[in-house]
Amino acid sequence: MKKTIALIIGFILLILIAINIFNQDDIVDLQLEKLKQTYAVKPIPSVDHRKLPELQKEFKSPQEVTEVCISCHTETPKEVMASAHWNWERAGYIEGRGIKFLGKKNVVNNYCIGSKTNEQACAKCHIGFGMTNNDEFNYKDSNNVDCMVCHDNSETYQKGASLAGYPDREVNLEKVAQSVGMPKKSNCGSCHFYSGGGNNVKHGDLEEAQLDCSREVDVHMASNGLNLECIACHTATNHQIKGRLYSVSSDNENRANCEDCHTSTPHFATILNTHTARIACQTCHIPEYAKVNATKMDWKWSTAGIMKNGEPYETEDSVGNHDYMTIKGSFVWKKNVKPDYVWFNGTANHHLVGDQITSIPIQINALNGSYTDKYSKIIPVKINTGDQIYDKKYNYLIIPKLYAPEKGDSAYWADFDWNTASEAGMKRIGLPYSGSHGFVSTVMYWPLNHMVAPKDKSVSCAECHTRNNGRLAHLSGFYMPGRDRSARLDFLGRWLVILSVVGVVIHNSLRILSAYRRKKIEMNIINYNTNDDDSE
Amino acid sequence: MMMTANKIYIYKRFERFWHWTQAALIIFLALTGFEVHDSIHIFGFQKAVEFHRIASYSLIVLLIFAIFWHLAFDAWKQYIPTRKNLLAQIKFYANGMFKGEKHPTEKTALQKLNPLQRLIYLGFKLLMIPIVVISGLLYMFDKTIDANQVVVISKFRLENIALWHTFGAFMLIAFLVVHVYMTTTGHSYTSNIKAMITGYEDVEPELPTDEETKQ
Repeated sequence: MKKTIALIIGFILLILIAINIFNQDDIVDLQLEKLKQTYAVKPIPSVDHRKLPELQKEFKSPQEVTEVCISCHTETPKEVMASAHWNWERAGYIEGRGIKFLGKKNVVNNYCIGSKTNEQACAKCHIGFGMTNNDEFNYKDSNNVDCMVCHDNSETYQKGASLAGYPDREVNLEKVAQSVGMPKKSNCGSCHFYSGGGNNVKHGDLEEAQLDCSREVDVHMASNGLNLECIACHTATNHQIKGRLYSVSSDNENRANCEDCHTSTPHFATILNTHTARIACQTCHIPEYAKVNATKMDWKWSTAGIMKNGEPYETEDSVGNHDYMTIKGSFVWKKNVKPDYVWFNGTANHHLVGDQITSIPIQINALNGSYTDKYSKIIPVKINTGDQIYDKKYNYLIIPKLYAPEKGDSAYWADFDWNTASEAGMKRIGLPYSGSHGFVSTVMYWPLNHMVAPKDKSVSCAECHTRNNGRLAHLSGFYMPGRDRSARLDFLGRWLVILSVVGVVIHNSLRILSAYRRKKIEMNIINYNTNDDDSE
Repeated sequence: MMMTANKIYIYKRFERFWHWTQAALIIFLALTGFEVHDSIHIFGFQKAVEFHRIASYSLIVLLIFAIFWHLAFDAWKQYIPTRKNLLAQIKFYANGMFKGEKHPTEKTALQKLNPLQRLIYLGFKLLMIPIVVISGLLYMFDKTIDANQVVVISKFRLENIALWHTFGAFMLIAFLVVHVYMTTTGHSYTSNIKAMITGYEDVEPELPTDEETKQ
């Protein structure tokens, strides 16, 4: 009786323990709650610019606005003019190359190739006025700083198309000047959403949908979530904004990291926290990008220049994105894209203007990192492929002159002649053009940091820890449980088990067989004995 | 003359508890472990990992108790290998038992194991279990988080750890197969298993002495 009671108590205890272990309530993440509390409070500006008498006037030029701005914010121009947004370059260290001044001014990409000779169009995304030629632009004139493009809160300010950074003529400068405040998504987005000549062309994870999106698209910027502004993470001290984009950057400095808010061990499960040693947060938390609008994944300049009835033309794919343009070539767009994954230690190399082509495809911005480098982590990237023009004789990439307001100024987009466009572009660069050009394959890497999914949508364990086509299938040099095994050991192990089973089955069959045979013999004896017993 | 089996008390309560809990844990660890290895799919990878960890901690606790028990009650002496009857025992399994011969080793409470069992179980305790437990611990603590919330990675290559762990797992499964089968080779097909459940085992009756026959 006592034994039975003890057994029952023990059994119940076991069940209770099991329930406790396996059935956990959703624990409230206090760290996350605290962050939400902090960022739910939106600061109220201390100055209402509408009340300032200096701004109650009609501005004839945007420079006049800037003049008024810096009459109060006297030291701000110094800060702004020390930024990469203004200088279009920044000192950076590249392993094996030393210190280089890199930025939009001089880097190559595999979209519109390069800004030189095309500034009148490209300067739409320069925070200055009148940059028709960045070699001749006066970087010391503070009146040319465009305060409004970042600080307009009326959402009416707009830079004009091909106006060298001047605002659109329709903009009411007085209204804009009176509305200024902290930068909003729409300010940053006016350039960063549309880089590459259209919405979401370059980044894939930054686009106009994030002005008003759901948590499914971007947990941080969602209108039904915290609705964070860009500057919540990309904080700035003295106009030096945190964050690095590796199409123009090369070093591991002043980056905006998830860990800045979330720490490096944000999960309840230790096993997830230990992942953070070699896996970037983004790898699991950005399962896909270009969630709302497609992004450009491939751009082949080699097909540009085909005319229809002697005129340039464009065609669109099934969802309305250009898949061919005479001026630019052919494109591939993709939506809801699964990222590619690479090792990255925060530093990048760059294929610079004048560099010899040594391997194809050219890595425009090779991201450094490997499993053996302990500072590297696996990150998700968008890889943009394509081909672009190069000099066959001198074996380097060509920066062609693409834009000119009119025909006859050797711009490819007006004259459709690669020779004159190359000649004009390379002349500005200061490198010779041989007269013989071809097209070479290039790739570019775009680390993905935005469009973070809600936690239940993050990449599940088995999407990587699997033998078949896991997300990290092509990353090698390390052992990952579930993905990797020793085929030989598995083979030997399997046969060890199979042979054990076979051996056991044979042994047992022999036992049964021999027992049966013996029984036959014994039967006679037993029968005899039994009779004998009976007779007793 | 009726051949009535003798019952002797062989396995004490803790011993039985230890045996069956260990058996259940090892089978469960094999299922979850080979799911982590992506050989089978039952619980899903994430659950398999969680369960494997819980089961492994349970096994370690159990092993600590078992080791204590072996030392405290001198049970370890059961496993001291001996050559006496070893060959005879092998011959019995390979040949003798088909002819209906008797077990060459007598089973008593003081000598539960025949020489072959001693050898195999010693190997189990000193080789197979340590291989999976040590490689398992190294596997589990390959990455740890220090006081500053920094993740520290051990210097052992995870690949080597994992392969030793897999090797141990295959050995244990092969052991399990043969072990389960060998339990059927007692006095009857089920007498050994019954003994591990009840503690009492039917052993082969000793040949009746003259005195017994007379009674």
